[in-house]
Amino acid sequence: MLEQLAELVITAGFWAATIRIAAPLIFATLGELICERAGVLNLGIEGIMTFGAMAGWMWVFQGGDLWGGVIFAAFIGAIWGLIHAGFTVHLGLSQHVTGIGLTLFATALSAFIFRVLLPDSTTPPKIEPFQNINIPGLSDLPFFGEALFSHTPMTYLAFVIVPVVIYVLYKTPLGLAMRMAGENPVAIEAQGINVLSIRTGAVMAGSALMSVGGAYLTMSAFDAFYFGMSQGRGWIAVALVIFASWKPGRALFGALLFAGFDAMQVRAQQFSTADIPYQFFLMLPYVLSILAMIVMARWARVPKALLTPFRRGDRV
Amino acid sequence: MRLEPRENTPAWMVVSAPVIAILVSLVFSAGLILWAGAPLGGAAVALAKGAFGSVYAVTETLTRATPIMLTGLAAAVAFRARFWNIGAEGQLYCGALAATWLGTGAVVMHPALMIPFLFLIGALGGGLALLLPVVLKSKLKVDEVVTTLLLNFIILLFVGYLLDGPWKDPMSMGWPQAEPIIDEGVLPAASPRYRVHLGLIVALLSAVAVWFTMRYTVWGYEIRAVGHNPEGARFAGISINMTVLRVAMISGGLAGMAGVSEVAGTKGYLTHEFSPGFGYTGIAVAMLANLHPLGVILSALFMAGIFVGADSMGRAMNIPTYIADVMVALAMLCMLVSLMLTQYRLKLR
Amino acid sequence: MHPDLTTIQRGDRMTVLQISGVTKRFGSLVANSDISLTLAEGEVLALLGENGAGKTTLMNILFGHYTADEGTIQVFGQELPPGQTDAAIKAGVGMVHQHFTLAENMTVLENIMLGTEPLFALRSATGRAKAKLRDMAEQYGLAVDPDARVGDLSVGERQRVEILKVLYRDARILILDEPTAVLTPQEVDQLFETLRSMVAKGLSIIFISHKLHEILAITDRVCVLRRGELVGEIATAEADRDRLAEMMVGRQVKRPDVDHMAPGAPVLELGALGVEGPSGHRAELANINLTVHQHEIIGLAGVAGNGQSALARVLSGMQVPNAGTIRIAGDDVTDFRPTTFMDLGVGRIPEDRHTSGTVGEMLIWENLISEHMRQAPFWRLGGRVIDFAAAREFADKLIEEYDVRCLSKEMPARLLSGGNMQKLILARVLDRKPRFILANQPVRGLDEGAIATVHERLLDAKRNGAGILLVSEDLDELLRLADRIVVMYHGEMSEPVSTRELSPRDVGVMMAGDLSYARQLNSGAAA
Repeated sequence: MLEQLAELVITAGFWAATIRIAAPLIFATLGELICERAGVLNLGIEGIMTFGAMAGWMWVFQGGDLWGGVIFAAFIGAIWGLIHAGFTVHLGLSQHVTGIGLTLFATALSAFIFRVLLPDSTTPPKIEPFQNINIPGLSDLPFFGEALFSHTPMTYLAFVIVPVVIYVLYKTPLGLAMRMAGENPVAIEAQGINVLSIRTGAVMAGSALMSVGGAYLTMSAFDAFYFGMSQGRGWIAVALVIFASWKPGRALFGALLFAGFDAMQVRAQQFSTADIPYQFFLMLPYVLSILAMIVMARWARVPKALLTPFRRGDRV
Repeated sequence: MRLEPRENTPAWMVVSAPVIAILVSLVFSAGLILWAGAPLGGAAVALAKGAFGSVYAVTETLTRATPIMLTGLAAAVAFRARFWNIGAEGQLYCGALAATWLGTGAVVMHPALMIPFLFLIGALGGGLALLLPVVLKSKLKVDEVVTTLLLNFIILLFVGYLLDGPWKDPMSMGWPQAEPIIDEGVLPAASPRYRVHLGLIVALLSAVAVWFTMRYTVWGYEIRAVGHNPEGARFAGISINMTVLRVAMISGGLAGMAGVSEVAGTKGYLTHEFSPGFGYTGIAVAMLANLHPLGVILSALFMAGIFVGADSMGRAMNIPTYIADVMVALAMLCMLVSLMLTQYRLKLR
Repeated sequence: MHPDLTTIQRGDRMTVLQISGVTKRFGSLVANSDISLTLAEGEVLALLGENGAGKTTLMNILFGHYTADEGTIQVFGQELPPGQTDAAIKAGVGMVHQHFTLAENMTVLENIMLGTEPLFALRSATGRAKAKLRDMAEQYGLAVDPDARVGDLSVGERQRVEILKVLYRDARILILDEPTAVLTPQEVDQLFETLRSMVAKGLSIIFISHKLHEILAITDRVCVLRRGELVGEIATAEADRDRLAEMMVGRQVKRPDVDHMAPGAPVLELGALGVEGPSGHRAELANINLTVHQHEIIGLAGVAGNGQSALARVLSGMQVPNAGTIRIAGDDVTDFRPTTFMDLGVGRIPEDRHTSGTVGEMLIWENLISEHMRQAPFWRLGGRVIDFAAAREFADKLIEEYDVRCLSKEMPARLLSGGNMQKLILARVLDRKPRFILANQPVRGLDEGAIATVHERLLDAKRNGAGILLVSEDLDELLRLADRIVVMYHGEMSEPVSTRELSPRDVGVMMAGDLSYARQLNSGAAA
C-alpha cells in the first residue's frame, strides 16, 4: 500500500488538491495568527468561518458578483471581530468563553439566516463558484501546470495574502505595534499608542481573513452551503498557529503539510478495505493537529501577552 | 470608559444577571422572528405552548433538559477550576459507547444493579476521554480548549466507524445504529405516553451531589480555590495538578452519564446523530447559571424549554428551529456581560 | 573617594532641570513632600534613598506617569505640562526603568523603533534606524546587535537597549532608576564608561540608587531622600560612605527595646542554599547559611531585589532550591512543597497578602481554615466533608482572638482592609503554634494600630518558643524587634550581627554592598 501511496503523491492532481485544501486553512490560520500575535485568542474562528461561508455564498446567490461576495464576507468577519474585541479587549472578559459563545452564536445565526432566506430546499441550492483560471503560459507546463497554475482566483488570493501579511507584520510600524501588543503591551502604552485600539484592529483584521476562509469553502471549493460545513477547520487552524510558532511563513508551510496529509487521506480511501475503515483516514487531520500541538508545546515561543487583558493604568 | 471594581454585589444583582441576559437575548431573537416574517405575538405563544403548554410539552421539555443538565454540570465543574473542557460532546458519546459496549448483552444484571452499572461505566468512559487533554495540559502546558475540541471530532468519527462496522445492529436493515440496550438496562419512562425517564432523576441528583461537593467538601474547596487564585491555592498546600485531574474526571464523568441517559433512556440505542450538540449547549447552560450547580437545573429547564418550544414554534409559524440555538448562544454571551457588571461598575469618561 | 569626573563649577553650566516644591500624596501617604532640586548640564546627580523614600515617585512625576499635587517642573527653561509622558519625552527627558519594558521575543531594533514612526507609514525605515544606532554606538560606546533577539541578551545588554531606546528619542536628560540592581560588577563598569561618554557629550543624568560606592564613583552631587522629604544635598567630592549612609537611614539612635531571651534549639538550619537565576542573570541565592533558634527573631534586611523573594519562596515550599539543605527543628526537608513545610511546623506569612496569602473570592472563614482543612475536627463522615459547624466555630474563635474586623465571616476575604487581612493570615498561621515563622514584610502597608498588633503577636510567638525570620524593608522595625540581623545583597547573606549595639548606619553600609562589614562589627573592629 505504501507504494500506491507514493505513486499517488507524485501526481499533479495530488498537488493541485493539496493547494485547494490548503487555501481556506491559510486564510483561517493567518487570521488567527494575527489575533494571537496581538494577544487575543479568538475561539470564535469556527463560527466566523461558517458565517463567512454563508454570507459570501448568499451574496452571490442573491445576485451579487463573486468578488463582491468575498469583500462582503471580509466585512462581516470584521464585524464579528469587533464584537469579539468589544468583549475581550475592552471589557476584559474571558477570551475562552467569549470565543466559544461567538462560535455557537455565529454558527446558529448562519443556519437561521440561511433557512429563512431559503426555506424550501431539500437539496442545497448552488451558485456559480469561482472557476479555475489557467495562467497563460504557465499552465501549459507539464505537471506544474496542473498542479500550480490552474486554480481559482480565490486560491491565488490565499497565497498572495501570505507575503502581504508578512510585510505588514514585519516591515511596517503598524505590524510592529501589533506584535508588541502581544508581547509587552506596557511598552506600547509607554509610547503613547493605544493598546486597546491596536488589539481591536488586529482582531477585526484577523476575523475578516477567517471569514474569507470560510467563504472560500462555498465560493471556490464547493458551490453550496450546508450546516457543519467547516468540519472543525477553525480548530485545526488554531492548532496550526501553534505548530507555526506564530510565524506566517511557517503557517503557510503547516497549512500545506496538513493539506497534503488530507489530500493523501482522501485518495488513500480508495484503499480502504475492511482493513482500515475510511473514518480513520478522516480522523487523521485532527490527530495530526493534536500531535502538532504536542510537538510544539516544548519549543514554541508563545506571545508573552497572549490571553492577558490589558487594563489601562496597569503600570510596571 | 473605565471599569471600577465594586466593593460588594447586592444579592438582587446576582439574581437578575441571568434574567437580564435572557431578556436581551429574547429581544434580539424577537427581531429575528420579525425579520423571518412571523408575527411576534403568535410566535411567543407557540413557543410557550410548545415548551410548557400541555403535559406532553412539559414532559418533552423535561426529557430535553436531562442531558443538558448533565453536560451543564460537566461544564460548570470544569469552568469553576478554569479548566476549559469544551469536549463534553465527545465525552458524552464516550459514555454512550461504554453503555453500548456492555449494555447490549455482554453483561446482564437485575435492573437495580444494571442501571447504576451503566451509569458508572459511562462516567468512566467520559472521564477517560478527558485523560489525554488533562495530561497534556499538566505536563506540557498544551491548551485544553483545542485538544478537547479536536477530540470531539475524532470520537465522533470513531463512533461512526463502530456504527457502520463492528457494532452495527444486524436487525437494523442497514441503518448505521447499534444494538439496543437490553431491557434490564433501559431507564424506565414515567409512563408509556411520555418520554421523560429516570435519567431526569439521575440528573437532578447529580446536580445536588455536585452542589454538595463544591460547597461542603474539601475537594470542592480545592476546586474553587484553584479556579479563583491558583497561586494562593498552591501556597495553601493545594496540589494544582491533582485538583485539575479530579475536576476533569468529574466533568468527563458527568458528560459521559449524559450519554448513558440518552442511549439507555431517550433513544434506546446508539446512532450517529443522537446528540444535536448537547455538549456545547451544556456550556451555555453552565454560563447562564453562573456555574452554580443548582442554577444549572433551572438553566437547563429554561433552555430545554426554548429548544422544545422552538420545535413547535417552527412547525406552526415556519420559523427555522435554529432560532433556539441563536437564543441560547446569545443568552450565554449576554450573561458574560451582565456577570461582569455585577462585579464592576462601568464609568464613561 | 574621589569621583573620576572633573567637576566644573556649577555656575558655569546651564540648568537643564528645575524641580520646585513638588508634593505628591497617595491617599494619606505623602510620597513626596515639597521637594526642590536642580540639575545642571553635563552633571550626574544621584538620588539616594531607601525603598519607599520617594525617589521613584518623584521621577515618575517628572516623566509624566503621575501628576504632582503641588509644585512645578521646568525642563530647559520650559515648564513641563503635568502628567503627559509625550511632553516629557519631547522636552528631552528619557527614563530607563528598573524593570525593563522590553519584548523578549522581538529584536533590539524592533524594541527601539516602537512608537518612533507614524503608525500607518507604509514602511518601517529600518535602514535609517540602524544607521542612527551605529552612530550612537560610536558616540557612546553602546554596541548592541540590532537584529539580536532581546530574550537572548544578557541583562547588561538589555539595559543597553533600554538606554538606546531613550537616546534614540533624542533625550538630553536621562533618568536611570536603580540601573545596577541586576548587573554584574563588570557590567557595572561598562555602564559607567557609557555614562561618562554621555556626560562628555553634554547629556545630564539622574542616577537613582541606594548603592553608596557606586554613587561615590560616578556622580557629581547627591540628593538624599528619606520618607518623602529631601533631607540633604551634598557634593560627591565632600561625601563619604558613612556620611551618606547616615543621611539615608536617618540618625535615629533608637535603642532596640527587645527582650533578648536565651536562644534555644535550632528551628531552621540552612546549609549552602542556592537558587539559580534565569538564564543570563546572576544567581538569586548563593551559598546561604543561616541558623534560627527558638526564642529568637532574626531580621533580614536588604533592599528589595537582592534575593529575599527567592529565599521566601524556598522557605514557603513554592520553589525548589538548586543546591543546599534545609532542616526544620532537626528534620531534613526532602520534598519541597508547601504541605511539607506546613506539616513540619513552618508558619508562613507571605509578602503578598492578595496573591499568596488569601484567595480573595473565597469567604473569610474559608480562608481561615485553608491550612487546617485536612485535619480533624474539620472532617466528617471519615471522608472529606468539611464540618461547617466546627469550621465556623473555629473561625469565630480566631476572629475574636486576633481581632479581625469584618462585618461577617461570610464575606469574601478581598473586602478586608489590609490590616485585617494580615490579622487573618496571622491568626491562621499562629494558631497552629509553628516552630519556625517566616514573616515576610508583615506590616507593609498597614496603619500604626495594625502594625502594633502584628508585632505584639510575633513577640508573643517568640516568647512561646518559636524562631522567627523577619524580612522587612523597614530598618526601624528590624532594629526594634530582632535579636540579630542579617543583610542580603546580590543573593548573598552576611553574618548575623546582634542588634544590641547596631546602628542604622551600620546596616545601611551592609545594605549598600559591604557584607563583610558584619564580620568587622562582630569582631568589634569597626568604629
